[in-house]
Amino acid sequence: MSIKYISDASMQEWVTSLISNTTVYGVQAKADRFAYEALADAAALRLDFDVTILPPKKYFQPLVEKIMEFHEDGHYESVIDNTPFVLFGVHPYDAVAIAQMDAVFRKDNADIHYLTRRQQATIVACDIQNTSPTMFAACMGTSTVQEGFDILLTRIGAGYIADVRTEKGEVLLQYLGDAPDADPLLLARREQFWDDAHHFMNKYLLKCAPTDLPKLLETQYDNKVWEANSALCYSCGSCNMVCPTCYCFEVIDKVDWSLKEGERIRRWDACMLRDFAQVAGGHNFRRSREERYRHRFYRKGQYLWKRMGQIACVGCGRCTSACTAKIANPVELYNTLLEG
Amino acid sequence: MNTDTLPEKDIYLPMPAVVEHSEPLTELDRMFLIRLTNGKPLGHMPGQFVSVTVPGIGEAPISLCTAPDERDTFQLVVRKVGRVTAALHDLPPGSSIGIRGPYGNHFPVDSALLGKDLVIIVGGIGLVPVRSAIQYILQRRADYGAITILYGARTPGDRIFLDEIEQWKNYEGVTYQETVDRGDEGWTGNVGVITTLMPGVPVHPEKSRIIICGPPIMYKFVITGLEARGIPLEHIYVSLERRMRCGIGKCGHCQINRLYACTDGPVFNFADLTDMREAI
Repeated sequence: MSIKYISDASMQEWVTSLISNTTVYGVQAKADRFAYEALADAAALRLDFDVTILPPKKYFQPLVEKIMEFHEDGHYESVIDNTPFVLFGVHPYDAVAIAQMDAVFRKDNADIHYLTRRQQATIVACDIQNTSPTMFAACMGTSTVQEGFDILLTRIGAGYIADVRTEKGEVLLQYLGDAPDADPLLLARREQFWDDAHHFMNKYLLKCAPTDLPKLLETQYDNKVWEANSALCYSCGSCNMVCPTCYCFEVIDKVDWSLKEGERIRRWDACMLRDFAQVAGGHNFRRSREERYRHRFYRKGQYLWKRMGQIACVGCGRCTSACTAKIANPVELYNTLLEG
Repeated sequence: MNTDTLPEKDIYLPMPAVVEHSEPLTELDRMFLIRLTNGKPLGHMPGQFVSVTVPGIGEAPISLCTAPDERDTFQLVVRKVGRVTAALHDLPPGSSIGIRGPYGNHFPVDSALLGKDLVIIVGGIGLVPVRSAIQYILQRRADYGAITILYGARTPGDRIFLDEIEQWKNYEGVTYQETVDRGDEGWTGNVGVITTLMPGVPVHPEKSRIIICGPPIMYKFVITGLEARGIPLEHIYVSLERRMRCGIGKCGHCQINRLYACTDGPVFNFADLTDMREAI
């Protein structure tokens, strides 16, 4: 596989060429923050972003997606989106989250809607150049990443090392003009960057290893912190919405004006919303804010680990930023539990 | 993770089906006979459920209430409590619906329950999923020991399957007792919650296996009573209701601590739930 060094000028040309040949979603400024949007101009791409408002999961599991149409004659038809696209500028923690979602949607009952979009995507990851104040990826071991993408960009000097890991990545490189191979000196500088990223990006915020969380949680079900923190919770679900490893969904039918044809959509749902676990007839299996709040942290730190073998928090810090009540910070919460 | 291979089918796509017939059982409950358009049997086991689509209204998880057989039809009993179930109640015979499933695990009628004395404790429409097990067991009567069925309903008029229960009583070694929360003028039977029936019931710590299905409040009291009589928790099976949206372990709604009611359940061995604080 290729490993190139791309100058800033060549990068601009490459992205311009990609935009004219395929759909490219890239990180762009949105007011004083950043977001993944359809990229129309290579100059708008901001690989120096700290964190995006929403994680890139929206391209694999859209906020709202049509999954089926139904017809008057009683037959049902799957609606599957197989548009190829390039996702440009995925930070390592988000690449880890995407890999987790790949496993979730593939395990047992494989989800063709998610997996088709995932198959159609070419992911250009990008090492972190700036960190947001709430990010704690190094604690979670996700400040660098070695798999789950097609190309990895690392900023070195006035350009990027482009490390191609898959055939899909090689295809993208065909749109790149002449670029030299990354020489050993550049690769050594990248090793140094990775080492620094692993050790310094808010590395010591969480006072235990992430893999210690499942064991920690075994004894914390009745901790007073659930009640105390959740008393401030607005049950707004913002922490769920911005989380790259939240994937719960609701399914809704819509009919057209003829009342004969219609469609089924699914959209993001949030376990912090009051009626998430409510059944018809009104019984709510997590009626209190405390139960819902605790459920979220157990799901991230233990439940999904038991099912999937991974801690379902990648340290992006989006929930911390999104929470109006300032109770969503996983580092603070888990550290509180550690202090007993 | 391999992102190259795609599944062959869409797990969210319902099978077309038709409402062949429906009839009211109580004011709120209605029985439906469903036929799959593909002409094949559903291929379920007792205790499983299906997701029923009323096109344009939505999808709801409904327990199967008949034992599996070779026919291409099966029955569902649906209580009118929400949008989808209300729409289902209004469908005339011949209406098109969609079916996904069968989903979930099943009562261990083909394994752990074989050769055992069975104590079946049901409340309200908890009888619906359990009926599939009772039918299955009675079709293979010799494979099981004594059978005791305890049935609790709110009022005499809320009881369902009364004709069928009469037939069950005719089987050798079947004991049936019932109670209602509130009697009416013609009622001469037991009045009181279901636990009031339990003292007279023979349960044996080794030989008995217990099946419990009913409203959420029922489980704790019944299980406490069984524990007091020395029944090991691993001899108790419960079927739990949750909001099963997708039915296949993806959507997150039916989660009971780390378990999913839709794929790990809906039938659980109670010993596996002792550290699942959300279970009952």
